[in-house]
Amino acid sequence: MISCHDAVRQLWEYLDGTVDQADRALVEEHLSRCRRCCGEMEFAQELRRLLAGPVPADIPAEVQRRLNQTLEEMDR
Amino acid sequence: MDLLDVRPGKTVEDSRTDQRESFRDLASSQLPRLYSIARRLVGDDAEDAVQDCLLKGFQRYDQLKSAESGPAWLTTILVNSCHDVGRACARRPQAIDFDDVERFSLYRKIAYEDPFPYSDSLHLDFLGEFGPEDVHAVLMRLPPLYRIPLVLVHMEGFLAKELARRLDVPLGTVLARLHRGRKLFEKELWEYAEETGLLKEGTS
Repeated sequence: MISCHDAVRQLWEYLDGTVDQADRALVEEHLSRCRRCCGEMEFAQELRRLLAGPVPADIPAEVQRRLNQTLEEMDR
Repeated sequence: MDLLDVRPGKTVEDSRTDQRESFRDLASSQLPRLYSIARRLVGDDAEDAVQDCLLKGFQRYDQLKSAESGPAWLTTILVNSCHDVGRACARRPQAIDFDDVERFSLYRKIAYEDPFPYSDSLHLDFLGEFGPEDVHAVLMRLPPLYRIPLVLVHMEGFLAKELARRLDVPLGTVLARLHRGRKLFEKELWEYAEETGLLKEGTS
């Protein structure tokens, strides 16, 4: 059995799939009996979605023009 | 890509010209994607990073094994260019109390501060206040050393071990940076929300 502190500390790694089999089983056992930590896990999943969300900026026309110019001038 | 590609009636110089043209076609088609990744990795230094990537890619184009792997090959070069830019930025002194960061829990902070008293989905409502521009601004508050692995794993879908190989650092180092980066991201989300009045707007 592990404490809430230990379970929460490993949640992101658990969701990444980078904890080993034994630790994975301990986290799952803890989650099966701790409602608060299940809430933490759902929150961690949402945070990951937020992080993976859309990128705000398209490439500005002026930047694209300068980078294309770099390509055109290569090896001349 | 090599001399075998020299077609009948064409000289080696013709073939090199074809190679240059083919690199330009590849790079040109990938520019928006490369710039978008670089923006998230190094913010305002994105243009410099992409330019560095183009120059290095051009110099090493003969190392590309097949046209299909061109986009992934350019991404690897870009990641290293961004890492170089990030390393240069990381030399600036940044006082971060990691004991304090390690103790911080955004989940508990939201529950304790209760910014949406009438909500029955407090934590999700908090995250719902952040648009793409806000998330970007929060990521830019993180030192590049922690931001880069975080973005590559969560936005680009890299595995930690793949990242270790591409950045040429031990896996343990990447995992430690990811852990610290996530904790910092949580703390900066809260501080950004407080500083920009995001929560007040949310409750008005």
